[in-house]
Amino acid sequence: MKSRRIHLIAFVICLSSFVFSQDLASFEKRITVKKLGNGLTVIICERPEAPVFSFFAHVNAGSVQDPMAKTGLAHMFEHMAFKGTDKIGTRDYDGEKKALQKVEDAYAAYLAVRDKPVNRDEQKLKQLEQAWKDAIAEADKFSAPYNNEFGKIVESEGGEGMNAFTNYDETGYNYSFPSNRVELWAYLESERFLHPVMRQFYKERNVVIEERRMRTDSNPIGRLLEQFTTASFAAHPYHRPTIGWMWDLNSFSATDAQKFFDRYYVPADMVIALVGDVKASEAMPIIEKYFSRLPARPAPDEATTTEPPQKSERRVVLHEQSQPIYLEGYHRPDYYSPDDAVYDAITDLMSNGRTSRLYRALVRDKQIASDSAGFSGLPGNKYPHLFAFYAVPLPGHKPQEMADAIHAEIERLKKEDISDEELRMIKTRSKANLIRSLGSNEGLAFNLGLFQARYDDWRELFRSVDRIDKVSKGDIRRVANQTFVPDNRTVGIIEFAPPPPDEHSTTVTPPQGGAQ
Amino acid sequence: MKRTLIALFVFTFLIGGSVHIWGQAEPWKDVPIPPLHAFHPPQPKRIVLPNGMVIFLQEDHELPLIHGVARIRGGDRAVPASKSGLIDIYGEVWRTGGTKAQTGDQLDDYLEQRAARVETGGGEDSTTINWSCLKADQDDVFKVFQDLLLNPEFRADKIEIAKKGMYDAISRRNDEPDAIAGREAAKLAYGATNPYARVPEYATVAAVTRQDLIDWHHTYVHPNNIILGVVGDFDPAAMEARLRQAFGSWPKGPAPKDPEIAFTPAKPGNYLVEKTDVNQSNIYLVTLGTTRRNPDYYAISVFNEAFGGGFSSRLFSDIRTAKGLAYAVGGGIGTAWDHPGMLRLIMSTKSQSTVESIQALDEEIADLAKKPIDDVEIKRAKDAILNSFIFRFDSPGKVLQEKMLYEFYGYPLDFLEKYQTAIEKVTKEDVARVAAKYIHRDQMSVLVVGNTSEFDKPLSSVGPVNKIDITIPAAPPGIMGDQGAQQ
Repeated sequence: MKSRRIHLIAFVICLSSFVFSQDLASFEKRITVKKLGNGLTVIICERPEAPVFSFFAHVNAGSVQDPMAKTGLAHMFEHMAFKGTDKIGTRDYDGEKKALQKVEDAYAAYLAVRDKPVNRDEQKLKQLEQAWKDAIAEADKFSAPYNNEFGKIVESEGGEGMNAFTNYDETGYNYSFPSNRVELWAYLESERFLHPVMRQFYKERNVVIEERRMRTDSNPIGRLLEQFTTASFAAHPYHRPTIGWMWDLNSFSATDAQKFFDRYYVPADMVIALVGDVKASEAMPIIEKYFSRLPARPAPDEATTTEPPQKSERRVVLHEQSQPIYLEGYHRPDYYSPDDAVYDAITDLMSNGRTSRLYRALVRDKQIASDSAGFSGLPGNKYPHLFAFYAVPLPGHKPQEMADAIHAEIERLKKEDISDEELRMIKTRSKANLIRSLGSNEGLAFNLGLFQARYDDWRELFRSVDRIDKVSKGDIRRVANQTFVPDNRTVGIIEFAPPPPDEHSTTVTPPQGGAQ
Repeated sequence: MKRTLIALFVFTFLIGGSVHIWGQAEPWKDVPIPPLHAFHPPQPKRIVLPNGMVIFLQEDHELPLIHGVARIRGGDRAVPASKSGLIDIYGEVWRTGGTKAQTGDQLDDYLEQRAARVETGGGEDSTTINWSCLKADQDDVFKVFQDLLLNPEFRADKIEIAKKGMYDAISRRNDEPDAIAGREAAKLAYGATNPYARVPEYATVAAVTRQDLIDWHHTYVHPNNIILGVVGDFDPAAMEARLRQAFGSWPKGPAPKDPEIAFTPAKPGNYLVEKTDVNQSNIYLVTLGTTRRNPDYYAISVFNEAFGGGFSSRLFSDIRTAKGLAYAVGGGIGTAWDHPGMLRLIMSTKSQSTVESIQALDEEIADLAKKPIDDVEIKRAKDAILNSFIFRFDSPGKVLQEKMLYEFYGYPLDFLEKYQTAIEKVTKEDVARVAAKYIHRDQMSVLVVGNTSEFDKPLSSVGPVNKIDITIPAAPPGIMGDQGAQQ
């Protein structure tokens, strides 16, 4: 953590004075940051364009923090954060609390028998499973009439775009409200993180398992990405899927989710950004009143292992009933790295639009792919991760041709300086992209919250452009030579394999219209 | 207009009084909600040039950016079935094929140096060309927009690239089960050959020629077929003068009519697409929906919100939350601007609960008559629509988009304000009436895309099953090189 801070100081010192200083100055006037007594950071950006506001709550815990044998737990908790509180979504919390404890006791008793390696009593297992389900039915009686009460309140009060996400690095919650509902929002969101209740946990777990089936199990690219990521990281938790392994999803408990919350949803590890028609002078006291109720808790142990250098190429090849895909990734340092902006420049050069090198080489000139790009952030970027390249082969072209064409472009990057024109284009685009990102409450709340959380200073959003402005041709060659080497590479391929003949349906009854 | 919109907001703070409908303590109802302060959403200026081109100018000085989009009448639904895919190719090559003066590659370089965009695209009823740039580059970028609008070249090499991309998409269209389900459900609702449901094939893409693209452009791109909207950091008088100078002398052209389109939903029944590499079934119950011109549209909107909309809806609460059967579930009576939408109930569930889930959806439909949507559900649905109404016009760009939509489809330009008033008037009886009028289980097709070997019961347990063959028709010889896609 210390070395990260040093980079930040370096950025502050060399802050340049180009056109963005103007935007930065305008945002300085409109942004208020306050760290509450419990450690929670609040950032308010006044943007009185219309009487609405958006919020983004950033929690510095993602699936990397999932405990052993409980993958998917960070994401599972995110689902549970929509289940209400001790006051929202129950007819009698005291009674419900006891009933929920009985569910947990029954589930623990069931698991103890289910996971016995020898001498499992099947009869007893059935009884315990039934007892667990009976306990769930009892607990549901307290909440069933108020299913989704939290979401119902938000929606009926005019909430827009209510959602949340979990990735490897962090968890986020967001929606927008009319601007006269700042206090209602502060009440709801503080309640949500003050006293979440793990009600209807095991049904929601089934919902999450369906999410896994949809995104991963039943989708060839989902299957490829899971296998590829697993192969790419030997030591770091990036090798585990955010959605969770099926066994873990069928094993972790509401008690586990509550523990995860207690440990990681610590105010000092949370940033709340509010953007829109709000006055900091009015909103901050309201936010302070409600969110100061969250108890200060010690920051969790954030130690994770660092992925050791990869010593040889790794390959995963999936034989699927679907058309081929080529993917490869190279280990790179985390986003605090001084070379982060160089990787951003490489992404832009290789992937951005029809002037990008990969588009021009694979799609326009060789005409072997329908799409190709290279980018950072697989599977996350808070920790050392992958710079990945992919190509989608056109019919009749093989994954190996994609590899060869991508490698030719990588070699060019290592051996030749990029042109003045290309470098200028990268820098111009990074400035324009920043401007384009400033025009919505949702986008601003997300970016300001994210940069405040990551760098402890939202101004880094603007300084990221300065950092790209400083990237030189030499930087690009140096970083390409360091990173894009075969031993540092993991390859993921989908090869087409026809379905087994007996399964291939040949019955022909096309749905013809007409008969009504 | 302005006054109506202000009036619209008065009610927003009336909601949330401390009426305790249920048995919870409801402390959130004690949180004060002050009146929402007055808001005058900026209205775009509407200009009609003598040649019929309609222009909307919307100032927005927050950021130094300018965006413009021209929407041109005529789209995929007017393309003959034998050339299905023409509009996709046109929408791409219009831009990549460059202008008479500059190749597409030259335009790419020119625009990217300015971090600007000029892009074209094609859809079911229209095509579009738009630009987006920093204010300082407006003159440079507008020139490209204007040249591309008036003098596209459709160079042959880019047609080849576009076609290859289409072949690739066709070859991949059976890779993902949700894509298969969406496509086949549309065919069941609209009829397999209906323009809103059909998909391009290798042969229909191969049949498209450069002359077809040129002919399309000459047939449709006339000022009287165009609605142009500009939003951003500009002086409206100067922008108006600029646009008048650019397009004022462009002569009017013929206005092609949209073809009559037949809607031929499939015979109601059960349809199956076998997919052996999945562990989850995609389930659709579908039939034809209606249009937004239908006076029932407002009651339908409230019904949809209560039945299959967000977190609060019946489908979400029952199928997802209470039964844990699905992550993705939803549905409603679909409405489109100028043709029937699709009435759909959609969910995906593990293979082992496929038949159970169809029965659960059946039960939801049966419940609409047995336990009609009640006062609490109606109030919640109306509150959700009305309290979030402001998000329909909380930026100058959104207001512009709404106005362009109404102009394009011939709706009154104050449709949005009328919509709000109409939603307020919807009653429980209205909602019950539209539910009874449009939701008929026996008129729906049930589509399942799934792995039958894992089903809880054979699909035939719910009735006779028609298997759908989704094998992709082979490509005509020679169009894709030696090997072609693997099947």
